Amino acid sequence: MERSSNRLFTTQDILGFAVLAVIIFIVLPMALDSFRLNLFGKYLTYAFVAVGLVLCWGAGGILSLGQGVFFGLGGYCMAMFLKLEASTPKNTAIQSTPGIPDFMDWNQLTALPWWWEPFNSLFFTMIAVVAVPVVFALIIGVAMFRRRVGGVYFAIITQAFAAILTILIIGQQGFTGGVNGITDLRTLHGWDIRTNDAKEVLYFVNAGLLFACLLIAQFVRKSKLGRLLIAMRDQEDRVRFSGYDVASFKIFIFCLGAAFAGIGGAMFTLQVGFMSPTLVGIVPSIEMVIFCAVGGRLSILGAVYGALLVNWAKTSLSESFPELWLLGLGGLFIAVVMVFPNGLAGVYAEHIAPRLSGLFGGKTGAAKSPKETPAE
Amino acid sequence: MNMQNPNFLLMVEGLTVSFDGFKAVNDLSFYVEPNECRVIIGPNGAGKTTVLDLICGRTKATAGSVKFKDKELLAMREDQIVHAGVGRKFQTPSVYEDLTVFENLELSYPKGHSVFGALTFRRDANVKARIKEIAETIFLEDLLDEKAAYLSHGQKQWLEIGMLLIQDPELLMLDEPVAGMSVAERKKTAELLRRIVEDRSVIVIEHDMGFVADIATRVTVLHQGKTLSEGSMERVQNDPKVIEVYLGH
Ligand SMILES: Nc1ncnc2c1ncn2[C@@H]1O[C@H](COP(=O)(O)OP(=O)(O)OP(=O)(O)O)[C@@H](O)[C@H]1O
Ligand SMILES: [Mg+2]
Repeated sequence: MERSSNRLFTTQDILGFAVLAVIIFIVLPMALDSFRLNLFGKYLTYAFVAVGLVLCWGAGGILSLGQGVFFGLGGYCMAMFLKLEASTPKNTAIQSTPGIPDFMDWNQLTALPWWWEPFNSLFFTMIAVVAVPVVFALIIGVAMFRRRVGGVYFAIITQAFAAILTILIIGQQGFTGGVNGITDLRTLHGWDIRTNDAKEVLYFVNAGLLFACLLIAQFVRKSKLGRLLIAMRDQEDRVRFSGYDVASFKIFIFCLGAAFAGIGGAMFTLQVGFMSPTLVGIVPSIEMVIFCAVGGRLSILGAVYGALLVNWAKTSLSESFPELWLLGLGGLFIAVVMVFPNGLAGVYAEHIAPRLSGLFGGKTGAAKSPKETPAE
Repeated sequence: MNMQNPNFLLMVEGLTVSFDGFKAVNDLSFYVEPNECRVIIGPNGAGKTTVLDLICGRTKATAGSVKFKDKELLAMREDQIVHAGVGRKFQTPSVYEDLTVFENLELSYPKGHSVFGALTFRRDANVKARIKEIAETIFLEDLLDEKAAYLSHGQKQWLEIGMLLIQDPELLMLDEPVAGMSVAERKKTAELLRRIVEDRSVIVIEHDMGFVADIATRVTVLHQGKTLSEGSMERVQNDPKVIEVYLGH
């Protein structure tokens, strides 16, 4: 007997991954100039967060409105390393304390804080980009899920964390660069990240990492753990009384989402050249949920398209009508929730896939229209 | 009573739970032997469901003790109680509607219960054979690939029983397993339960007296959180107190 859900890739999945790979690795780089490609690279960094949200929210029913925290933590870790590399005594000779980041000097700091020291090491930084968000997620997850806090309460508390972190970063100017963030980043191990060539390379590194995360997400969803998440979303008590420690699964998936977000944040810093509290707080966190909802919260590939399309629309719209963007975003969210609860992926599965499979006479599409119904 | 009797599988003693002063279960004691089918009956709100909730850890007791094979269950977490060998079916059928019958049973298969175990769980021949075996027992062998959402109410009840059976618990607790079933389904369920009881103990909550007479080894009548009467079906049915509060109307 054939049970599609147990195979890592169905024909449909392979097709979906292949199409996305062609778009990201071939079509976009060929169609876009280096400035626009860098923009799309930035959009793709949000896709890391959206994919994590598909796992937490779509599959597991855990809605986090604070993913910006993890994106920001990953991004700040990377920014700290780059900033230290940019702050050589030679570059900062005019400061009263040369050799420390400029914003520290402006805030009358005379020595590098101890917790900045390890970020002199690229190796440490690369681990921290994942580990710091994961440890934070672990603390939040253990505190919340062990106490069986879920649903709306969890969403609100994660949002509070986003607010708190923003306030902390802004308030501790001397240590964090404050409201301006960490700017004026130049080189990565001597390699100038500001050149067009570097940006192109970073785009491909980013895309490669995104696909690695997509593969991990695919593996998790197709494992028994993926099915357990769906089961928990619908009948948490049944799962618990089947002998599972429900909290540990929630903690795991929340930490995985945080790890993805951290990588996305670090790649943001590298490609855009700065990190600031505006990317950490409540608004970006909610925007990230919208990317996921638009793409389809049940589809990891949909989440990537969602992040690309919404951000592309944002850039285009706010270039011409900046004041309309927030309205548009709100409208979009309402439309998605009311009319397309499964987002683009849902529209594809319900309307396009059946027709495609009709066209090709194949059996790939029709049988696999949305496997899961949305959870409440 | 012979409370030290080592032959009891489950010993409930002085069990009490108070919801804001209201004692839904009040100083309740009863003992279940291996291979016994104990039926708990009683009027609505008597505290029957709450007793099962207390045993399986869903509700925390205010006082008392629940010993299963000499292990104190009240100090354990829900999943640990399950691993100790206690299975619980809910009053309303609780199955995973978005998953197939096969997947429902697979998630209940007693392997890969940690995060790592779930990630590396493989659907090997043993798992498949066991799921097929259980599906036959619960009359769902032809519906393995059907989504649970499309099952009839009675079939969902069977599926949930199957999800418990696959764990092979020593004590199975069923809350109104035939509620909402047709006459034909009831018959099949009674037959199913009789087979299940053969190698384990079962606690069943049930209102249908015909069904109770069919399966019970002993009956406990619960009223306002306390035991009103206990014994064989015949004895309980003829107890004037029981007739007054429960069977009389
Ligand atoms: N969590 C709770 N908080 C407050 N009261 C509760 C709680 N759970 C149960 N009760 C109350 O305890 C009493 C016993 O409820 P229980 O569900 O155990 O009855 P039951 O015997 O199973 O009834 P039924 O035959 O209707 O299923 C009821 O009065 C109920 O309202
Ligand atoms: Mg009840």
